[in-house]
Amino acid sequence: MFSRLKKLILGISLLAMSVAAAHGQEVNSTQIKGLDEQVQDIKSDVLSIAAELSQLEEKLLYPSNTQVAVFVSLAGEGAIRPDSVQIQIDGKPVAHHLYTFKELEALLKGGVQRIYTGNIRSGEHDFEVLVLGQTAGGADFKKSEQFTVHKDVGPGIVEISLDAAGIIMKDR
Amino acid sequence: MKRLIAALTILIFTASQASAGTSAPPGGSAPLVLKDLYFGEALYYAFQEEWFDAIARLDTELMQHYGVDEPELDTLHYHINQAEFDVGDFELAYRMHQRAGRAITAVIEGSVAEPVRNEAIFRLARIYFQKDQPANAQYAVERIDGVVPENIHDDLDFLRAQILMGNGRFDQAARILKGLADARGLEGFVSYNLGIALLKDGNEREGRRYLDLTGRIESSDDLTLAIRDKANLVLGSKLLADQDYEDAKQVFDRVRLTGPFSNRALLGSGWADAFLGRYEKALVPWSVLVTREVTDASVQEAMLALPYAYGKLNVSSKAALVYNSSLGKFDAEIDKLEASIQSIQEGRFLKALVREELKQDADWVVTLRELPDTPETYYLLDLMASHDFQESLKNYLDLTQLRCKLAVWESDLTAFDQIIEQRRAYYDPLLPDIDSRFRQLDSQIRLRMEQRDLIEQQLTAMLVVPRPDHLATAAERIISEEIDLLERRLTADGTAAPAGASARIKRLRGVLYFNIHTQYDSRYTDAYKHLKDLTREIGLLNKQYGTFVRARQAATQSYEGYGEEISRQRLKIGKARENVDELMARQGNLIETMAVNELTARRDRLVDLRIKARFAMADSYDRATRTRTGDGDE
Repeated sequence: MFSRLKKLILGISLLAMSVAAAHGQEVNSTQIKGLDEQVQDIKSDVLSIAAELSQLEEKLLYPSNTQVAVFVSLAGEGAIRPDSVQIQIDGKPVAHHLYTFKELEALLKGGVQRIYTGNIRSGEHDFEVLVLGQTAGGADFKKSEQFTVHKDVGPGIVEISLDAAGIIMKDR
Repeated sequence: MKRLIAALTILIFTASQASAGTSAPPGGSAPLVLKDLYFGEALYYAFQEEWFDAIARLDTELMQHYGVDEPELDTLHYHINQAEFDVGDFELAYRMHQRAGRAITAVIEGSVAEPVRNEAIFRLARIYFQKDQPANAQYAVERIDGVVPENIHDDLDFLRAQILMGNGRFDQAARILKGLADARGLEGFVSYNLGIALLKDGNEREGRRYLDLTGRIESSDDLTLAIRDKANLVLGSKLLADQDYEDAKQVFDRVRLTGPFSNRALLGSGWADAFLGRYEKALVPWSVLVTREVTDASVQEAMLALPYAYGKLNVSSKAALVYNSSLGKFDAEIDKLEASIQSIQEGRFLKALVREELKQDADWVVTLRELPDTPETYYLLDLMASHDFQESLKNYLDLTQLRCKLAVWESDLTAFDQIIEQRRAYYDPLLPDIDSRFRQLDSQIRLRMEQRDLIEQQLTAMLVVPRPDHLATAAERIISEEIDLLERRLTADGTAAPAGASARIKRLRGVLYFNIHTQYDSRYTDAYKHLKDLTREIGLLNKQYGTFVRARQAATQSYEGYGEEISRQRLKIGKARENVDELMARQGNLIETMAVNELTARRDRLVDLRIKARFAMADSYDRATRTRTGDGDE
């Protein structure tokens, strides 16, 4: 009896190593591959819709003569870790962003966040940026800066670079 | 236990990546000097592993770059090679292997430097290898020629070896792997793969030696420790199969007790002792094992092996009690499995998989089992770690994300329609009046501009041929005409004008002439200054004119001509939503089928174990009874 049990257990053990479904509906690799290719196709279709919608949105909501895009980047090898950034244009608050851990990591790796896209007239505009966060040493960091941005006929691109030393605005 | 399960899941996922020879993480790195902020934005999403958004943004940026007349003046020009690579990487990370392959092929066929081309071929080969196409991967790596970037040198060799193994050319793979002994970041993986390659090539002794070496690596790195455990498990199982029980025991005992392979190692260690007839020693690992998570296959097996060992030690009453306890657990697990199968068939598994809170949890596989009405996911761990299930699950989650995006976009289109209607309602009544007033102003502006041009022409001509009369003031012109009138009156009846009057008229004309001619230079200077002032004013006027024209165009463009485009997009989104729904249903069904099949297999196995446990328990009771009554053979 015991030797039979031993064989059985070993048999089951080997079987368990290669548990293959032999019940009910079968799933084969061709089926999985075929479906995977169709999923890839629909991803491609949706990406192309995304691109077209993005152009439509830009034309409709942010025409080039009034468009302004504000980007946030980190400088200085992680000298500061912002918790939040607030932006005012001509005294009106336009963007307020609280950073998640993943977003912060993405900024630290060199990614650039487009924090605001909107419309302003051509000419001079007052920008005010308020940053709350922490320095690399763990001290609280609070900095506010004001800039004047000149908006031309074309789309305006403003980069706000955050560093422990301060906030630098680059009007591109 | 939670940590163990999570570690097992992580190990299996990460080990498969490491074995594929991944070099840089998807998303790469940001350029040192970023010139194109929109490219930086694509990286921002890629670094968060938001692949859809990263691809969508980079695609748009690349499309715009190639659409401009002079791409070399575009800021993306500074990063174009990296952007081309990155879009392929992002697509690969988003499991769009077909597009990633095309993107990388485009780089290879383009006019690029040798290292760039070789890196592109490396990436393409890796895609083929990951998609289980080792022949294509082999063909790709054979095209690598010349300088290879230093950062992928070892990864390329490791990939070459893996491809050769995939194609059954184990001897060549072993030669390459031997040259990678000191490769950084591949510690353990090289010697493990070398051991496997040598074993497959028939070189048993050397193969075992390398697995043994891998099994003795000292490291604090979790992945290296995991591959060390795996090498010990593989080698131990091989020794066990070859009936080298003493060595097998030693090798199994090297596996960490807390590692993801510990259950199987404890089971093997017990069997090695049992095969040597050392049942008392076998009790040690099996007794540890039966206290662990009951859903594990090794634990379930130990629940029969442990009483079996007691039986062999002639402690039949204890054996009977343990069999009885195991039977109770098997019954409970079988019930749990049946409930899990039902739960999956009722669609609760898929609903649970897409719950938002799970996406934030690194131990989501563990968390899932704790949600109400969800299946027992511990039984699905092996399945969930398999490549096919992983791909299917990720596809399902991607489709869920696409469905959400499409739904949002559809409502965006409705919002666009409302914006357009509001703009139309605002501008339509205003524009006819504005246009009418603008036409009047426009004609006036044109007239004034013509006058200004005429003045400029005259002043320019007067530089060559002075014309003082052109600079006479209005008062002087009137006086001149009055003098002419007086003279005509004096001579109206055909008689000569009185001498005194004639002299006075001449004098008056003389005064006028004198003033006009002597003041000519200063008048010319004044006229020129006035022209300059006028030109400046005309410049401002032109600017305002341009601003108005643009604003007028923008007003019309803000609501005209979108209807067709929005309808087209709505149709596309609707069609895509249908496709996504259909694919989700099929993909979901596939996942459910895989899960049900897995659970059914585990249930059937438990049913088998239960039957055998019942017989063994009965037998143990018989032996125990016989022992008590004194006619047993114990």
